[in-house]
Amino acid sequence: MIALALPAATTEEGFVAPTIDDTHYRDILPWGGEYGVLLEGGFGKQMLLTILSVVLIAAFFLVASRRNQLVPGKLQFLGESAYGFVRNSIGKDIIGGKEFLKYVPWLFTAFFFVLVNNIFGAVPFLQLPTFSHPGSAYGIAAIFFFLWVGIGLKRHGIRYFKLAVVPSGVPWYILLIVVPIEIISNFIVRPVTHSLRLFATMLAGHLIVTLAGSAIEYMVMTGNILLQGTSVLVLVGSVAMYMLEALIMILQAYVFTLLAAIYIEGALHADAH
Amino acid sequence: MLNAAIMAAEEGSNPLIPNLWELLVTVVGFAVLLFIVFKYVMPAFEKTFAERTEAIEGGIAKAEAAQAEANAALDEYKQQLVDARTEANRIREEARAEGAQILADLKEKAAAESARITEQAHVQIEAERQAAVVSLRAEVGTLATDLASRIVGESLADDARSGRVVDRFLADLETSSSAGASQ
Repeated sequence: MIALALPAATTEEGFVAPTIDDTHYRDILPWGGEYGVLLEGGFGKQMLLTILSVVLIAAFFLVASRRNQLVPGKLQFLGESAYGFVRNSIGKDIIGGKEFLKYVPWLFTAFFFVLVNNIFGAVPFLQLPTFSHPGSAYGIAAIFFFLWVGIGLKRHGIRYFKLAVVPSGVPWYILLIVVPIEIISNFIVRPVTHSLRLFATMLAGHLIVTLAGSAIEYMVMTGNILLQGTSVLVLVGSVAMYMLEALIMILQAYVFTLLAAIYIEGALHADAH
Repeated sequence: MLNAAIMAAEEGSNPLIPNLWELLVTVVGFAVLLFIVFKYVMPAFEKTFAERTEAIEGGIAKAEAAQAEANAALDEYKQQLVDARTEANRIREEARAEGAQILADLKEKAAAESARITEQAHVQIEAERQAAVVSLRAEVGTLATDLASRIVGESLADDARSGRVVDRFLADLETSSSAGASQ
């Protein structure tokens, strides 16, 4: 915002910051969705990247796991390490027990789906983390919301809702306060934050890169030598932000999967919490 | 100015409203990927992990079996070594005893042999002495008779008489020699 405010305050016409709409390419096909509109618009770059991510992930892991040998080759080792990371570091450590293996594919798919789609934002020319569009973030968070509620219901029956919102050993007059809080916390705030955390970090990172880019362009085009010189600082800053954003992309994929595992574990062992 | 810029950003579309097509593509994409992972990726990796665990555990079991076998073989060899040592000692003792026996036998045999040779020599000497005595007695008689007849000129052709003379002479001789010997 500083980088954008400086030229805006010193020039006559002012710097017009790119809106969120400017961060999106025009549609490839004239049908499907327009950004920010429920059911209009066309087939956009975001959808194309989502499909591309599915193809890339599926192709890589199908090839990596095709010839499974006791002594793995480089590719198989890479695939096994990636799979083993989600399986052991997230699935086994968080869910644990004997039943964690059932949920490993969900976690594995979530981690690499989110990771690759986030990384798209750091790849030149692609430059779009698909989860910076709310539809994708809501969709994947909803999948896990229904998954863990389903697991809870399957495991504990309808009693699951009581287990989830009524903490044991709390006096009734406290329950009057705690139960509404728990209902809001578990069944409303949880899925919303699960999706918004991913969506907001990706959108912010995407926006920063776009802002820096347009700011540099504006500063260079003014013909003002001082502004042109200052644009170098913006460039350096944007590279630093780019690095930070790349870290956040990986981190958010991990956080999303970790939280999904924690929610699944919570639903499985609702009676123990 | 700054506010205007921010206002401009806010006038755009609401970033929280999802596009349902994008939502649909994401959910379907996730479902397709999940299906592939469930169907192919996970079984393949889990199979490899299980096989690897089995191979390692099998290897350990095999190594333990080999170790036990080696230990058994070592014990057996040690036992055999002890047996062999005992056996060698026994044989050595036997050989020593046998050697001593043989030596004793040989000594005894040699002693007997020497005794036999000595005895034989004695007998032979005795026989030769007897023969010499007999032959001497005969010759001495003849010689003495011849000598005496030549000295006395008397015919001593009469065998009977001369025989008696000689015998008497010899008897005296023997008596004197034995008396000399006994002295």
